[in-house]
Amino acid sequence: MAAADERLAAREQAEVAVTQHRWPRPAITLLSLAVVFGIWELCAPLINPVFGSYPSEIAMAFWQLARTGELWIALGQSLQPFVVGYGLAIAVGVPLGLVIGRFRTVEAALGIYVTAGYAMPLVALVPLLILWLGLGFWVKVAIIFLMSLFPICINTWLGVTAVPKSLIEVGKSFVATDAVILRRIVLPATLPYIMAGVRLAVGRAVVAMVVAEFFTSISGLGAIILKSANNFETANMFVPILLLVVLAVGLNSLIGFVERRVAPWQAEIAGRDRE
Amino acid sequence: MSEIDLIDLSKRFALKVDGKPQIVHALDGLNFTVRTGEVAALIGPSGCGKTTALRIAMGLDSASSGRVTVDGRVVKGCGYDRAMVFQHAELLPWLTALQNVMFGLELKGVRGELLRETAMQCLDLVGLKDSHQRRPYQLSGGMQQRVGIARALAVDPKILLMDEPFGALDAQTREDLQEQLLGIHARTGKTILFVTHDLDEAVLLADRVVVMQHGRLQEIVTVPLPRPRTDLAALRVTPEFATTRYRIWQALHAAAGTVH
Repeated sequence: MAAADERLAAREQAEVAVTQHRWPRPAITLLSLAVVFGIWELCAPLINPVFGSYPSEIAMAFWQLARTGELWIALGQSLQPFVVGYGLAIAVGVPLGLVIGRFRTVEAALGIYVTAGYAMPLVALVPLLILWLGLGFWVKVAIIFLMSLFPICINTWLGVTAVPKSLIEVGKSFVATDAVILRRIVLPATLPYIMAGVRLAVGRAVVAMVVAEFFTSISGLGAIILKSANNFETANMFVPILLLVVLAVGLNSLIGFVERRVAPWQAEIAGRDRE
Repeated sequence: MSEIDLIDLSKRFALKVDGKPQIVHALDGLNFTVRTGEVAALIGPSGCGKTTALRIAMGLDSASSGRVTVDGRVVKGCGYDRAMVFQHAELLPWLTALQNVMFGLELKGVRGELLRETAMQCLDLVGLKDSHQRRPYQLSGGMQQRVGIARALAVDPKILLMDEPFGALDAQTREDLQEQLLGIHARTGKTILFVTHDLDEAVLLADRVVVMQHGRLQEIVTVPLPRPRTDLAALRVTPEFATTRYRIWQALHAAAGTVH
């Protein structure tokens, strides 16, 4: 007991010592952003406003679009199907991945569709989906759902196969049923993989959202991008693009935060000791 | 009465060596009995099937032929009459020490205040009451194994099965835990069957040592050391310890001699 306490204390001290002469990470990221945007802004005189744009002009365009309310309406139109489609993908993908990974028969029966679905160019199916579902809300949901479902499902599946057999045997030795082993051992042990899949899917879901709006081109941020590009209003085009990037990055760090909350042991076990 | 009988136990694996299928006899007609309240050690060269025998007794593996009985009833799968202590503790990393101990109890159907109370008592028994809120990665190897023992004791099994429980620990921690296990045995009177590769451990802890070779029983050596055994360091320098250790050593070497 004393040995463990000493070890913990030593590690704490080491951590304090290390962080003292290190830059905080957000500061490094902000500095990096400032440099990149600074150089981009400095290049402004060289940029033809039809072929490109620069930060101050994009900021002006943002102000215009935000003041008229056009941007916020479009954002709402994009976010609603995003939340529904992405949420459905998690709600379906995680349980599906769990059962495929846990039970051989289910893996043999359904695994092939998940692998195929992941590799399939789903964009090619969009015209068909429009025929089925029209140009409204649900076609966007379907596209976002399909494109984010597979990375979540495959990662969960992979995670289940990586659960140590010995932990399953702990459950068995205490006479746990299959359902209990799945819920109380496999699910928590797979959480880090699930979160990785959920993270990967954010990027694909954002792309899916824009693709869907390009094809339907009636509403949302995708429609602003398309309309601005067609009118050679390049600065306007950049506004929703950058907004989407900020959204995706924000969502990504939110998921990272959730991950540290639901799986705090992972950071301790995995090698996070980097230079 | 809780007596565990291994009767004519055999286990065959199909193995592919250089692409050719081979049948490996992990257990080949093993017979022995562990009496009520007894501590028995299972020892033998690696690959002799001692862990396989223990896993079949627990119900984690099935025998190819033969059977294991507890109090005369044939073992079919796991049950709360037996509990396993694993070689590397195998705590669930997302649960605290207390929650790990409560895990088996909850599965057994214990609820409410009794659940927490029993788990705390078991942690107290292994001397970890104050660390009940730590997670496994915040515990040393020895502490983890003590939680593993507490978790097994919590379901109040008649028989404790242990697979090289102290094999992965450093010498000093191992000795601490050996003394602690003897204390727990003296207080609870559980029947204990444990696998080890450590001659000293076998002699110090067990009443009888089952020596195995090639999936069969080689010899059963009775340990004449009296109980309670509290001072292990003093026991080590007794002539009984030395002669018993030597007899087991001879049995192991006789086993090895038959191979070549």
